[in-house]
Amino acid sequence: MTELNRLSIAAARDGLAKGDFSARELTQSCADAMAARGDLGAFITPTPERALEAADQADARRKSGDDAPLLGIPLGIKDLFCTEGVQTTAASKILQGFIPTYESSVTTNLLRDGAVFMGKLNLDEFAMGSSNTTSFYGNVVNPWQSTSKPDMELVPGGSSGGSASAVAARLCLGATGTDTGGSIRQPAAFCGITGLKPTYGRCSRWGIVAFASSLDQAGPMARSVEDCAILLGSMAGFDPKDTTSVDTPVPDYTAELGAGVKGLKIGLPREYRVDGMPAEIEQLWQQSAQWLRNQGAEVVEISLPHTHSALPAYYIVAPAEASSNLARYDGVRYGFRADAPDGLPEFASLEEMYATTRGEGFGPEVQRRIMIGAYVLSAGYYDAYYNKARRVRSLIARDFTHAFEQVDAILTPTTPSAAFGITEEPNGVEMYMNDVFTVPASMAGIPGISVPAGLSSDGLPLGVQLLGRPFDEVGLLRVAQALEDAAGFITTPQLMA
Amino acid sequence: MAQTIKGQTGEWEIVIGMEVHAQVLSESKLFSGASTTFGKAPNHNVALVDAALPGMLPVLNQECVRQAVRSGLGIKADINLYSVFDRKNYFYADLPQGYQISQLYHPIVGEGQLTIDLEDGESRTIGIERIHLEQDAGKSIHDQDPHRSFIDLNRTGVALMEIVSMPDLRGGDEASAYMTKLRSILRYLGTCDGNMEQGSMRADVNVSVRPVGSTELGTRTETKNVNSVRFIRQAIEFEARRQVELLEGGGVVVQETRLYDPGKGETRSMRSKEEAHDYRYFPDPDLLPLQLDQGFVDALAADLPELPDEKKARFEADYGLSSYDAGVLVAEKETGDFFEAVASGRDAKLAANWVMGELFGALNKAGTDLADSPVSAESLGGLIEAISDGTISGRTAKDVFASMFATGKTAATIIDEQGLKQISDEGAIESALDEIIAANPAQVEKAKENPKLKGWFVGQVMKATGGQANPAVVNKLINQKLG
Repeated sequence: MTELNRLSIAAARDGLAKGDFSARELTQSCADAMAARGDLGAFITPTPERALEAADQADARRKSGDDAPLLGIPLGIKDLFCTEGVQTTAASKILQGFIPTYESSVTTNLLRDGAVFMGKLNLDEFAMGSSNTTSFYGNVVNPWQSTSKPDMELVPGGSSGGSASAVAARLCLGATGTDTGGSIRQPAAFCGITGLKPTYGRCSRWGIVAFASSLDQAGPMARSVEDCAILLGSMAGFDPKDTTSVDTPVPDYTAELGAGVKGLKIGLPREYRVDGMPAEIEQLWQQSAQWLRNQGAEVVEISLPHTHSALPAYYIVAPAEASSNLARYDGVRYGFRADAPDGLPEFASLEEMYATTRGEGFGPEVQRRIMIGAYVLSAGYYDAYYNKARRVRSLIARDFTHAFEQVDAILTPTTPSAAFGITEEPNGVEMYMNDVFTVPASMAGIPGISVPAGLSSDGLPLGVQLLGRPFDEVGLLRVAQALEDAAGFITTPQLMA
Repeated sequence: MAQTIKGQTGEWEIVIGMEVHAQVLSESKLFSGASTTFGKAPNHNVALVDAALPGMLPVLNQECVRQAVRSGLGIKADINLYSVFDRKNYFYADLPQGYQISQLYHPIVGEGQLTIDLEDGESRTIGIERIHLEQDAGKSIHDQDPHRSFIDLNRTGVALMEIVSMPDLRGGDEASAYMTKLRSILRYLGTCDGNMEQGSMRADVNVSVRPVGSTELGTRTETKNVNSVRFIRQAIEFEARRQVELLEGGGVVVQETRLYDPGKGETRSMRSKEEAHDYRYFPDPDLLPLQLDQGFVDALAADLPELPDEKKARFEADYGLSSYDAGVLVAEKETGDFFEAVASGRDAKLAANWVMGELFGALNKAGTDLADSPVSAESLGGLIEAISDGTISGRTAKDVFASMFATGKTAATIIDEQGLKQISDEGAIESALDEIIAANPAQVEKAKENPKLKGWFVGQVMKATGGQANPAVVNKLINQKLG
């Protein structure tokens, strides 16, 4: 009964259905794995005991004839999803000790379908970062190790770094992530797993701590395309509590898996061939194209002319919305409130209380983005920055609309590099460059998936990204499955439980 | 107060624009399901989104949209089929989100107009620039503890309409007439209860002055949150005088936000333009743009109730009322309805006089209002009928009314109980008169010589009939018999 934690969701589901093992045994296996790999820092709040109780309930449900799609499947939940009765921090000091009285819509859907939550996963503070080094609760370590520098701790990517690390290290079978500019896809690529950012509006944002409301989207992270399809089926759905969620039916996302890519047209955008991109990334990209070609797809070069503007526009829109979304963390109603200075019993003014609380409660990256956001929205700069960025955004969306008139899916690298060392963290702008391939799809609101496709010269996983038409996750998953089959990515990380 | 003010150097024109915040009548808040009921225990009406808990999202209350559109139609305004909610960002303890959701760039209602009636019988049309929907803030309570402030979020997120006028108003009279008329229209529509003492309607008053004849606007000040018609007039009066004195003394008016202190009857500076917040407005990404279809607007327009201007015109035409009387009766919808119930099928002018005279007087004296009137419209109608058909005299009617007001009984009951029915039967009166004539031959002779002495016979007949004889019939018979 060992290594149940290493099963795919699909396999675990079959095993549970056949009675090969119980949800409790499966959950215990994940709880043991979490305990063994606590050094990865993947969880902020592990909840193994609650998980075992939930597993027992799942076993009882199954006994009574219930066959909900995720019944007894252990998942990790990014600590950006509010979970009733379990601390929710967004990896920030300012929410330390905050215990929601409500459950996010996405996690409610997962619970409805029988999922077992192993705990709350680490992330970049307020999902702002690409390395999971901005969390107040410590860095997350990538379970992969470089062959040239095996002693160096690597970043898992971000912001869903805890999710990616936990899934890759087999601490849970799948996890929720959120993606604002690449926060699912980039860590999935760095950790050698599959991560799907659905179409904006596909999953409800209700109960997810907001970063940038017009970009945030929840999605699944798992060890296969099929597992992502299964998870999305439970996570997705219209929610009247989120007016930006879209009222369109949730299809069977596994329906076309294995249908192949024969006759499909795949586009390679020439603008994604950026300066200084390592040769191995370029090679993997071409290799992936060849795999699809070999299976009968037609691969063509396309143009997405406004690609170069996506990143700068993103770093206006996202901080602008964040500066406003994070205003509610003021120490008045919940979470952290700073002590008055010099041992005084109270602050001199409300403003001083705000400034001290927010100064101590937010980390430097969050403060930086709030300042950028406040700046670009301020009187006199609004048109030059925010409005212009919005116009750029519609041009980017139009690029994709035109592209999808010619092709069925777009293939790109997920990241310009493999995972880097926690201590060799690049500077601000270099760090932002990590999102260069993922941000355009976020700006356009279209779905994207990262699939592990090979290894770097240092033996680190590399991902390729597929982008699809709005709400055509079924078609996107179909192409991703073909890629996964061809890539045959079976290598496992060194720090696996 | 006039449209102008006299200074040392000459006449100054007082130019006013008003931004009226009217609380939308709706069961629940603009973006949450929490109740809007006034007077609940602090923090009783608070949904998770009102308290700005993490991950909570606003969902637009369609009833508030309906009400805003109806208000727009009530002031004959353009309804914008496309409008957008923006965030107005600022920090305050009673603003949990750290921003107010409002509509800066694309309001739901565009330009409209409203006619104000002035004391001299003139009326003027005042332009309205826009109406937009926005959230109210909560309440900070600073006077219950020496060290702490308390926050009540009951009002947080309640829907407000901000109704912005053009700078078309001149002087305090027009400004207060504008507020009164606007309140009347909104109450007719049922889109705002107009309870100013509860803060359901309050005004930001923009005042500037300029020499009469000048066409350029002077620098204005904005006096915030004035919550009664009387205070609006007082604040304008003070502010205009202050500005004129400043300008005539060689000073300049500073563009700033001011507060009106009703205790002292003065405005004082709150913050200047330099200290003004940068609200960093941007479209709220949690809410999609609001798209209405014309059919929805048309249906609301078709269903609009009769509004004060139309009702007034109808009262003048149908009931022959004077413009003034009609104006008084339509100011409150309830009064107009009450009047119509009294007047329907009866003498309308008599009805108007009784409603505005005896009834209003009695209500006023009793310190109550029409809603709690002990005399119902039907009951007052009964009294009018008794007067019209001669059952009682006008003089008796006043006593009957007093009894009705005191007891709540109908006119018929009181006339019956107190035996006040007027005798109009000529036969009965004639026999009483004949007896008096027969018993007083000397008086008859005197009266024939001096007709002025006929009054003595009137008195005797009234005495003999217990005061119930119809005076007109009595006079007629005396004239016949005593020539």
